[in-house]
Amino acid sequence: MGNKIIELKGVTKNFGEQQVLKGIDLNIYENEFLTLLGPSGCGKTTTLRIIAGFDEPSQGQVLFNGIEISKLPPYKREVNTVFQKYALFPFLNVYDNVAFGLNIKKVDKSIIAQKVSKVLKLVGLEGFEKRDVTLLSGGQQQRVAIARALVNEPKVLLLDEPLGALDAKLRKEMQIELKKIQKEVGITFIFVTHDQEEALSMSDTVVVMNEGIIQQIGTPVDIYNEPENRFVADFIGESNIIEAVMLRDCLVQFDGFQFECVDKGFKDEEEVEVVLRPEDIDIVKPENAKITGVVKSLVFKGVHHEIVVQTKYRDYLIHTTDYFEVGLAVGLSFGPEDIHVMYKMDY
Amino acid sequence: MKYFRNLVKPYIIWSFLMIVVPLLLIVLYSVTTGGNSLVNIQFTLDNFGKIAEPIYLAVFIRSFKIGLITVLICFFMGYPLAYMIARFSEKVQSVLILVVTIPMWINMLLRTYAWISLLSDNGIINSFLVSLGFEPVTMMYTDFAVAVGLVCDFLPFMVIPIHTSLSKIDKSLIEAAYDLGANRVQTFFRVVFKLSLPGVINGVIMTFLLAISSFVIPKLLGGGQYMLIGNLIENQFISVGDWNFGSAISLLLAVVILFLIHLMKKMDPDETEEG
Repeated sequence: MGNKIIELKGVTKNFGEQQVLKGIDLNIYENEFLTLLGPSGCGKTTTLRIIAGFDEPSQGQVLFNGIEISKLPPYKREVNTVFQKYALFPFLNVYDNVAFGLNIKKVDKSIIAQKVSKVLKLVGLEGFEKRDVTLLSGGQQQRVAIARALVNEPKVLLLDEPLGALDAKLRKEMQIELKKIQKEVGITFIFVTHDQEEALSMSDTVVVMNEGIIQQIGTPVDIYNEPENRFVADFIGESNIIEAVMLRDCLVQFDGFQFECVDKGFKDEEEVEVVLRPEDIDIVKPENAKITGVVKSLVFKGVHHEIVVQTKYRDYLIHTTDYFEVGLAVGLSFGPEDIHVMYKMDY
Repeated sequence: MKYFRNLVKPYIIWSFLMIVVPLLLIVLYSVTTGGNSLVNIQFTLDNFGKIAEPIYLAVFIRSFKIGLITVLICFFMGYPLAYMIARFSEKVQSVLILVVTIPMWINMLLRTYAWISLLSDNGIINSFLVSLGFEPVTMMYTDFAVAVGLVCDFLPFMVIPIHTSLSKIDKSLIEAAYDLGANRVQTFFRVVFKLSLPGVINGVIMTFLLAISSFVIPKLLGGGQYMLIGNLIENQFISVGDWNFGSAISLLLAVVILFLIHLMKKMDPDETEEG
């Protein structure tokens, strides 16, 4: 990864009595696609607004290329934002919306024309220059908003839930498009979303946040496969979270059985939590498995069936393409690498 | 909804009798001669020709001048006021708007008489000036007194529509302007002002219409010799008794006003969205 471009150090933010950010430490690198992911109210948008300069941190520092910028007004920062509801100027056409930033900087008219047509081409809106922005579709407005930000050649592009207002199909297209644009312009994207699938499919780095605290920073694969705590495991997809005891390195005990696993570095006899992803559990004949139970329910979900198996200690959620009759006695099988051991969260 | 359609009928009848019929009568009067009798109708266009006479033309010009001055003063006082009000929290805003409208609760005549006692030659302001050793200033029966009276009366009609426009502005548009490198001044002129234009246009139309057609304030603060269109019309009906000429002036004023409204609406970005 490249050089550090933005650094948050112990950033907190209070709105009146309420503390929205409780100490954020985060490094953001050049050319990185970083996603702030979390449920609403977790502080992800506030973090973005602090980077953009719309909110000032209550405590802590924001560094841009090593220089403190937390008191700098937004119009002096080398970042641009794509707003949640696009915030296009309704009284300007597509061309003038995109040219707004360059006009402010008094760039030469012919250069503006060149840059605007280049960026409109990049977002696939050639020939839309004279259109009224209020008459564009949601997806087109989205593209204008991205073009308007990118034309200023920012070092960092901030995107505040930009796909939230689009329908599912358009969303998927824009996800791919955004990733493509980011590769093409080669700048840092900081993307805010509450959609875990979106975060996993687009990002280089995912920052999972909850209640003003960063829960985990990692690649999408890390976040999904090795969640650090129950919140992350629960938020990133469906999962079975089981209380367990780590007997020693690579041996964990739950539901009355001992299982081999691949996790190390816990204390002996430490109380932990284990994540079993629903798609990692295989349904086998009862005699071939340690944990056994009966199929309690089966729901057809299109690609897979969602099956709940009732066992002695708990209900397990399983995704499988096979069909199992309700009431059937089954066994649950999983390999050592399917068991993800996490530190137990303090509540 | 069909069920309720009949409920509109009384209103249609009422507005026909009270608005359309009188309007038609004004049109009729304006193109006839013969005082206020309808028995003996003779058509003529002399009433309109009379308006072009220099004395009456001067009244029109003076009215438009005073109207324009009132609008300008109301705008330059009202816009900053509306802008400041719009920056407060919603609760405070509604209180402040109430404060702006408080003068409207008091009878207009009373307010105008209050101005007389403030502005007259031995009124409060002049007594104060004299006690400080200055020469007293004649303020009553001047353009100044009339403008002061009109501005005070009509300022709320400028402030309220502008405030409504300003408070409706999506905050993220202002943030977007900052984000794209515009400082506070640039953001105001390039974004905020443009978004408040519908309110400005409404405020300008309203204060202008009220100012050029008012007759009580110019009469009381401008004196008997101070003629505006409103006074001229009033005179024709009440003192002179020339209803035909009075109707002609009213009609012309109405046409001019309609034309102005049309012109303003054309400038309103909200109205020309399809264009």
